[in-house]
Amino acid sequence: MKENVTRVYRGRQSESRELRDLRRDLRDFYEEYTLAIDENELETWLEFFTDDAVYKAISRENWDLSLPLATMYCDGMAMLKDRVQAIRETAVFEPRSQRHFVSGVRLRGTEADGTILVQANYLVTEALSNRDPVVFSVGRYIDRVVRDDSGFRFREHCAVYDNYRVINTLVWPL
Amino acid sequence: MSSLVDKSAERRWPAEGFTRIPYWVYTDQDVFDREMERLFWGASWCFVGLSCEIPNPGDFKRSWVGTRQVVVTRDKDGVANVLENRCAHKGALVCWQDRGTAKDLICPYHQWSYDLKGNLTGVPLKRGALGKGGMPRDFDNSRHGLRKLKVHERGGVIWASYDPDVPDFESYCGPDALHYVDRLFPGRELELLGYSRQIIPCNWKMYFENLKDPYHATLLHAFFITFGLWRADSKSHSSCDGDGRHGVMVSRNEGKKTTGATKEMARFADSLEMNDKDSVTPAPEFADREVAGITLFPSVVLQQQANTLAMRHIIPKGPGQTEISWHFFGYADDTPELRRLRLRHANLMGPSGFVSVDDSEVLAQCQFGASTAGNAAAVLEMGGKETEPQDHMVTEVMIRGFYKFYRKEMGY
Ligand SMILES: [Fe+2]
Repeated sequence: MKENVTRVYRGRQSESRELRDLRRDLRDFYEEYTLAIDENELETWLEFFTDDAVYKAISRENWDLSLPLATMYCDGMAMLKDRVQAIRETAVFEPRSQRHFVSGVRLRGTEADGTILVQANYLVTEALSNRDPVVFSVGRYIDRVVRDDSGFRFREHCAVYDNYRVINTLVWPL
Repeated sequence: MSSLVDKSAERRWPAEGFTRIPYWVYTDQDVFDREMERLFWGASWCFVGLSCEIPNPGDFKRSWVGTRQVVVTRDKDGVANVLENRCAHKGALVCWQDRGTAKDLICPYHQWSYDLKGNLTGVPLKRGALGKGGMPRDFDNSRHGLRKLKVHERGGVIWASYDPDVPDFESYCGPDALHYVDRLFPGRELELLGYSRQIIPCNWKMYFENLKDPYHATLLHAFFITFGLWRADSKSHSSCDGDGRHGVMVSRNEGKKTTGATKEMARFADSLEMNDKDSVTPAPEFADREVAGITLFPSVVLQQQANTLAMRHIIPKGPGQTEISWHFFGYADDTPELRRLRLRHANLMGPSGFVSVDDSEVLAQCQFGASTAGNAAAVLEMGGKETEPQDHMVTEVMIRGFYKFYRKEMGY
């Protein structure tokens, strides 16, 4: 991995326009990604991943201990589709609405093939059918993103949540 | 849902006996407090962790026995100890870390130190300073250690009891439950794959009962039914052990199929297919080809479904709050392929599980229902009114057996 990115920008004139544009474009990308979940457009959500993408919603505890178990895990597009199918067709859960908030999008570097390493903070509120929103999940996105003519896609998306415990169920992806 | 009014005087078990569960057992604070004293801190063996979490001398982890926090340590002799995490001096938590490695445990407040067996080894300024102060001459360190629980380590699992006179672990389990404990933990070295923790807004007994209820699994869990991982028309076995306190629920993976029984399974979805077939195709693993869910009273569910294995640690937080800490594991000598399947099949379980989501959601609704039901009662007559073992799933026999035991222990 090449750590070729200015970590502290502070409005420096010397930072290339290219990097600033990339950061701006990635912020847009994350906003579109989370909007797809908030709006219950899980079929659109799938389009944010490459065919060989790895998706994990994983506790900070497991992440820090390098334990492989993820709370929600998809290895490739088939498993991503199965997750959507389960949410749509088989899972039994109380209706709820969620809002994602993403901030602190940070470029961490690039890999030899151009894959971009990105980190961001996220926060999700959840309101069960007849109750008020609560802060449901807070954590970091630790991602590997590729860009081609069709835009950005996740090659790897890890939502590492700070919550020690999930508040009952994690139904929608983070 | 605690209440300032003592309702215990008006709490009566329904005349029908163990085919009924009065809802107050799920909601009353005084019932919960009595359960801690009599069940979790009484003559029970409680799960506190896996040996592979503290493999080496000096390793420790924090855990729970009911609402009490404990520290599980491996001392210099390689022996597992379970100590209440409460300083003998002023009651502060001695250990502030979830896990780690140390020579001793030192309370940050006044730096009283304990060895990993829980013995008090040091009291700073015990003899005072400048000839003044200090502990009285008769202060005896050996009488002020951490509270020590009785420990039993077997097949890679650590069990603890507050009762020094608790029956030995084998007779506590009973032959049927013990068979399934040893089947999962025959002494093969374990590999921890990770934790999954969730807080379910329900009473701990609801969670426990859910794993004694094969009937619901054939109806609620469309995922199970559709992909043949748990179905009413597969060969099975439901029984109690340990005077009813434990439940043994056994079935087989049958695969996807349509039979007469599927007509009554409203949630059977014939048209559904998985894109990733590995996710619903277990590799043969146990010679008996069985799938087993064991409720080992009071603190743990032993889970073996497809190729996912877990100890589900039940940690009550109050009448209406229960933490479930899933310890997913495999065996150290698993092939990479089996390990890969274990991680895939873990998608069935936990707070995002294709199957377990349904349970957590339903239990939250049950707790809400119970919270205002008081002296009304749930009905448990599926599969008859008795507690004898049954060779099918359309039964609540394990729950009846549990409440038969529960009433006796609790004095209700
Ligand atoms: Fe279930």
